[in-house]
Amino acid sequence: MSCVEQMKYDLLLERTTFKDAREFIEKNSDEVYYVDPGYKLFKDYLIIGVPPVAIGVKGSEILFTYVKPCHGTFVMKIESLEEIKRLRDREQEKVKASLKKGQKNESSQTKASSYQELWGKQ
Amino acid sequence: MQEMNQMAEDAPKRVLLMMGCPEVPVQMSIVLYLSNKLSKEGMEVTVAGTDAALKLLKVSDPEGYYVRNTIDIDQLISDIVEKKTDFDICFAFMHSDAGVVYAATMSAISKARMYAVVFGKNAESLADTVEFDAQKIVAKATHNPNPLKNKLDKVVL
Repeated sequence: MSCVEQMKYDLLLERTTFKDAREFIEKNSDEVYYVDPGYKLFKDYLIIGVPPVAIGVKGSEILFTYVKPCHGTFVMKIESLEEIKRLRDREQEKVKASLKKGQKNESSQTKASSYQELWGKQ
Repeated sequence: MQEMNQMAEDAPKRVLLMMGCPEVPVQMSIVLYLSNKLSKEGMEVTVAGTDAALKLLKVSDPEGYYVRNTIDIDQLISDIVEKKTDFDICFAFMHSDAGVVYAATMSAISKARMYAVVFGKNAESLADTVEFDAQKIVAKATHNPNPLKNKLDKVVL
């Protein structure tokens, strides 16, 4: 049994499909973050899902999918400022990494244009 | 056939049979059948499932004649995510949306070549929802395992 089942939670959707659960989270959250399957929530819950897996934030609570092989997909809501901070920090890191990558590409483009300029001078 | 011929070239391979919910009877007989067949080919077979599915398996095969290694499905996912284990080939059994979701998870976290074994009353429509990279083996089988066995025999020599 995952630690999630021992926490204080609300069930927002029960025994549904994963697709419907994802759409529910996307429609009913203030912020939505996408993670890969295997992303760890709380102490030991690893997200099961079809990527990209949506995790929602609404106020101080997170909305996420919980899949049981014999019962389908559930949408749970648990209060956790700590997990919300971790999701936001992770998103910021992704943006930073993406900006760095963009800068690298830009500098390589500059080199190409310089090369063309040199070629043009010859 | 060609694929499994290639599979035999570098034997032994680590093969995972990942069971879904055990409520459809054909799953257990096909898992035992496939485990026996692959083990005889020299492959290292592990069967993963829920607590209920593994209990059914252990009662069916008390001496571990057909299946030597078993693991709880959530423990398996944890072990793969933490890179403690992995497999070369995975046969993921599914007859429901949750089964497809577990298989998609396995496809995302493992480097194993995926085979989606889709069965049950709605096998064909369920197979259409399998979007990850996998060879699909689909049969509308619930009580009679032969349609699924025949399809698997075409893939596994």
